[in-house]
Amino acid sequence: MVEKRERATLPRRKLCASCGAQFGCAHGEPGCWCESILLRRETLAEIRALADDCLCPACLTGFADRERSDSLSDDSSNPARSSGTTRWAKAIPHRAVRARGVPPAWGVCAVLFVLGSLLFALAIGPISIGAGSIAKSALSHLPLLHIHSSLSTVEEAIVWQIRAPRVVLAALVGGMLAISGSAYQGVFRNPLADPYLLGVAAGAGLGATLAIAYAPAGSRAGELLPLSAFAGAILGVTCAYLLGRSVGGVRNTGTLILAGVVVAAFMTAVQTFVQQQHSQTLLSVYSWLLGGFGSADWHDVVLVAPYIAVSATVLLLHRRILDVLSLGDEEAASLGLDVRRVRLLIVVAATAGTAAAVAVSGLIGFVGIIVPHTVRLLVSTSYRAVMPLSLLVGAGFLVLADVVARTVMSPSELPIGVVTAFFGAPFFAVVLRNSRRLGA
Amino acid sequence: MSAALDIREVTVTLGRAQVVREVSTTVQRGEWVALIGPNGAGKTTILRALAGLVSFAGEILLEGRAVATSSRREIARRIALVPQHPQTPPELTVAEYVLLGRTPHIGYLATETRTDRLAAERAIARLALRPFAERPLGSLSGGELQRVVLARALAQEAQILLLDEPTSALDLGRQQQALELVDSLRRDEELTVVSAMHDLSLAGQYADRLLLLDRGQVVAEGSAHEVLSEASIAAYYGANVRVIHENGRVFVLPQRADPP
Repeated sequence: MVEKRERATLPRRKLCASCGAQFGCAHGEPGCWCESILLRRETLAEIRALADDCLCPACLTGFADRERSDSLSDDSSNPARSSGTTRWAKAIPHRAVRARGVPPAWGVCAVLFVLGSLLFALAIGPISIGAGSIAKSALSHLPLLHIHSSLSTVEEAIVWQIRAPRVVLAALVGGMLAISGSAYQGVFRNPLADPYLLGVAAGAGLGATLAIAYAPAGSRAGELLPLSAFAGAILGVTCAYLLGRSVGGVRNTGTLILAGVVVAAFMTAVQTFVQQQHSQTLLSVYSWLLGGFGSADWHDVVLVAPYIAVSATVLLLHRRILDVLSLGDEEAASLGLDVRRVRLLIVVAATAGTAAAVAVSGLIGFVGIIVPHTVRLLVSTSYRAVMPLSLLVGAGFLVLADVVARTVMSPSELPIGVVTAFFGAPFFAVVLRNSRRLGA
Repeated sequence: MSAALDIREVTVTLGRAQVVREVSTTVQRGEWVALIGPNGAGKTTILRALAGLVSFAGEILLEGRAVATSSRREIARRIALVPQHPQTPPELTVAEYVLLGRTPHIGYLATETRTDRLAAERAIARLALRPFAERPLGSLSGGELQRVVLARALAQEAQILLLDEPTSALDLGRQQQALELVDSLRRDEELTVVSAMHDLSLAGQYADRLLLLDRGQVVAEGSAHEVLSEASIAAYYGANVRVIHENGRVFVLPQRADPP
């Protein structure tokens, strides 16, 4: 053994599940006596079925002796001997050997940040309503709690029919953009990647422009626009992916990004052409491009929530895989990942969610870049922390940005894209200065 | 019982160039085979083919199973590759990085179980990395990083270890320590080792068998005494060396040609 074994103290008294004897156990601390006993997988499985904890030294040694005599009596070339390596008899891993994930303190902070910004956003408006009574009103809608709302009927309507859909939509969109941004950065190992990288923005812009310009008279463009923008976004990314793959670029992320640039340039050209032909649409296309939640209602929330829920769940489940991908394609493949398929799956999930978000909110820049990078700078670069925290912080950030958008020039609204960029651009300059640390 | 690796007339074509041409050899369980040869001889490409990372013509049997038809995960459970320049994200801790080696044993969207943490802990203890377990990779020295990468490969619990230039970034002492470590792992864990190596003296002293490659082909195969000759090294490396046989070992020393 390379390591010099220190005698571990054996602070815990345990009862052996096999023989009932009392024994001392270091409970996962390094250097425990159990680390010197090696057993085969099959034997360990047998022991784990017996007890979910360590056994006493006598019993474990007994198992080891039995293995030795088994292998002597067997044919010496018994394949079972060489097919499975031996394992420690130790049952409890040391606490240092773990993936950190989300540090609990940061997790609590992020949840409080989201709840706080939701409450704040519900309370702020032309008619001010106390955050406390809103919280009470919210709890009164939950069953089994028997709390009574102190709000008047009008106030209830203002909070739950006018402000809430807008606030919830902003939270959903913000969380989605931030988590897909961090997924794109992971999958392309490029700190500057954002959710619009592969033609989502250009595709959605084209779709929205077409809907506004060519919506048949009588139909309401408001209903057609989200669907058209969604379809355009998906089309844009599909084209970029197919183009990238046709030039063999799926293994090489640079080629895929270039394909996205090509597709985006083409779609933007078409969009500009259509706008030139229908100059009366310029204003509505422009205001859509800048993004906003001015017309949000519960219908929008119901429309996008399923997409965002599925997509965010899939992305969250990939947080460990994204850490594996951070080792590079070659090493990830040597660890058993089908890198091409994984990348496609993550891009599809991130794109579907982003496209749904864009469809109801327009193009809101910077959220997908500044939120993940803030988390990286403050907490950790491991995707196990970045993914869940981005989701929460992105939601809270966009809710607050929307509050700014609708209050600073009240009663008129600032496009939310202006707000996020106004705060995002200076922040991004700082991120760039630190990009060595963020190193993809 | 099948050999650890059975390589039959393997040819790798990258672009239009045949980088590896009809290489055949058999590696027994527990054996250490070193691939030697000048730059561009195809050493790394052979390792990548063995790990299923590059498509090839011919056949590679990994413990009796064809690499070409195995899933990535099946290969990764049998073969661990330590690249020459591994990516070591500076903010991951040693424990987190070693746990990534468990990937072929963890369900696709699952996280590590206790078994995975114990396997990683054992690898960390085995390579004397316990004091570093919670340190970020960015704070480690080159020699320590080399051990961390080996620990990741060990946590993978594969029977075959592929090492691409395992000592290229290390000083003289660290080189010897690293190779001694690999050798002791090989004996304790019953591993099979295939390594690409530049230093011929070290290759000859640690490996059981040498495969000398030139332009993708095996031009000599056998023990250090058989493969390392002044004539062959001059022919394939274009190097002027003295080969010294002493105490049953072979030393290859570069020698400057007499000035004209």
